[in-house]
Amino acid sequence: MIRALLWLLVGAIVAIELAPLVVVVLVSVSSSPVFDVTVGELSGRWWERLWRNAAFWRSMDMSLRLAAATTALSLVLGGLAAVAIARARFPGREALATLILSPLMLPGIVVGIAMLQGYKAYGLTHPFAALVVAHVVVTLPFVLRTTLGALQLFDFTLIDAARTLGSSLPRALWTVLVPNLVPALTAGGLFAFLASFDNYPVSIFLADARTRTLPVQMLEFIEESPNPTIAAVSTLLLALAALALLAIDRLVGLRRATTL
Amino acid sequence: VTAGAAALAASRPRRARLLDPIALLALPAALYFVLALAVPLARLLLGAFDDGGTPGAGQITRWLADPYNRGVVWNTLRYGAVVTVLSALGGYAYAYAMAGASPRLQLALLIAIVLPMTTSVIVKSFGWLVLLRSNGLINQALVWTGATDRPLPLLFSEAGLVIGTTAIMLPYMVLPVFSVLRQIRPELLDAAASLGASRMQRFRTVVLPLSLPGVAAGMGLVFSMTVSAYVIPSLLTGAGFKTLSKVAADAFLVILNPTRGAAVSVILLAIAVAGVALASRGLARRRATA
Repeated sequence: MIRALLWLLVGAIVAIELAPLVVVVLVSVSSSPVFDVTVGELSGRWWERLWRNAAFWRSMDMSLRLAAATTALSLVLGGLAAVAIARARFPGREALATLILSPLMLPGIVVGIAMLQGYKAYGLTHPFAALVVAHVVVTLPFVLRTTLGALQLFDFTLIDAARTLGSSLPRALWTVLVPNLVPALTAGGLFAFLASFDNYPVSIFLADARTRTLPVQMLEFIEESPNPTIAAVSTLLLALAALALLAIDRLVGLRRATTL
Repeated sequence: VTAGAAALAASRPRRARLLDPIALLALPAALYFVLALAVPLARLLLGAFDDGGTPGAGQITRWLADPYNRGVVWNTLRYGAVVTVLSALGGYAYAYAMAGASPRLQLALLIAIVLPMTTSVIVKSFGWLVLLRSNGLINQALVWTGATDRPLPLLFSEAGLVIGTTAIMLPYMVLPVFSVLRQIRPELLDAAASLGASRMQRFRTVVLPLSLPGVAAGMGLVFSMTVSAYVIPSLLTGAGFKTLSKVAADAFLVILNPTRGAAVSVILLAIAVAGVALASRGLARRRATA
């Protein structure tokens, strides 16, 4: 009896989790102009509208370039920091790990406000540069988490072996450690890419009219001129998330990547 | 051999440990986070506690003196608490079922929560906006089952906001609970069963206490994410229901009053950090008594 109720609840939760995603796809191919999924026939009109909407493509291009630059920088900083945190003993090691992971728990809006004022005080007024600097902060926790997980499984005596055989420390790290970390770095990079690509609360404070990111553009569109074109964009983002998940599962396994 | 190795390690000069070259690899990230995150946050805090040139909490207490503003704080706390409790109940049941499922079913259940987690919050909120409309699927289901004879005004209501937010936050509860449940050794349950404990007793005396650290971690995360949420309330509520995130952002983006925005930001930051800190204190106490 209790088991039956438990599985009934689980079924309901699966439905609740997937319903908004299914609805988004259905709205994008419905002919109805008012976000209706139950009436109207199949139609490609909202996809056509999206195809012709230059503002969406401009912001998508902007977000892709921002996410790419952010991910590259995040991987370098995060990969190096993960090795140090996993292996070396130094004062403030735990504090550093907490500081790097803190953006996962801090209110995004507050972080964005602090950056808006702080970067202005630094004289960092170039919007794209400021966005990259900020997004690295937001995405680095993802790289650190997955890389630390992989480092726990790495046998560090291999490094000592390479050094005994005459390899310098940087060379030993580069030829022995780095290839072993590639799957975790790629998975962390994908999480970082998505976190940057989807970020709203930090971007809204740093983006200007010419560096408008896709999430900023989307939210404005929903609030100002709602029509199912937004459902077509959302379907694209959903497909992107599904592809990234598939890749992460191939690289490190979904179970390991999500329950570290 | 172990004692010899320990003696060798102890006899190593201390200087060698202080200059551990691998520690230097953390230097770029450490400097980066201090400059790009810690200093801006510290400046924001200092600004909020600056009361006309002298240090003090005057800005914050003056903002809180207005009953409307206290209502905003209360809205935020209530919203965070209700969503956290609902997510904890649903998330625990889900994680428990997942931990006991066959590997294939377990993977399917994992995908069902990880796919939404990976999807943009704007996409999910937009999906809920469609679902909660008066002729949306939720209302159609309610009318069809006879639960109500007229569609309920869910969209732009607090009930609708709580439904949508709970659905979006629940996966963040499932993962930490699942990861502790997975580590409970089956021998413990066998031992309890051989001592005559029923299924319910085994759950109450073995599984539940051992999984509480995961519950605390999940609740702390969900609470701080919910009180900080900006996109979800923006899309699912109207102007009537304001949370601290919205008020803080509006102070900078709409009414251009940075002093007020800084004060509101500090209140929100304190609430979000308190949620996480309380959860990790609960964790520490459990470890101490275990």
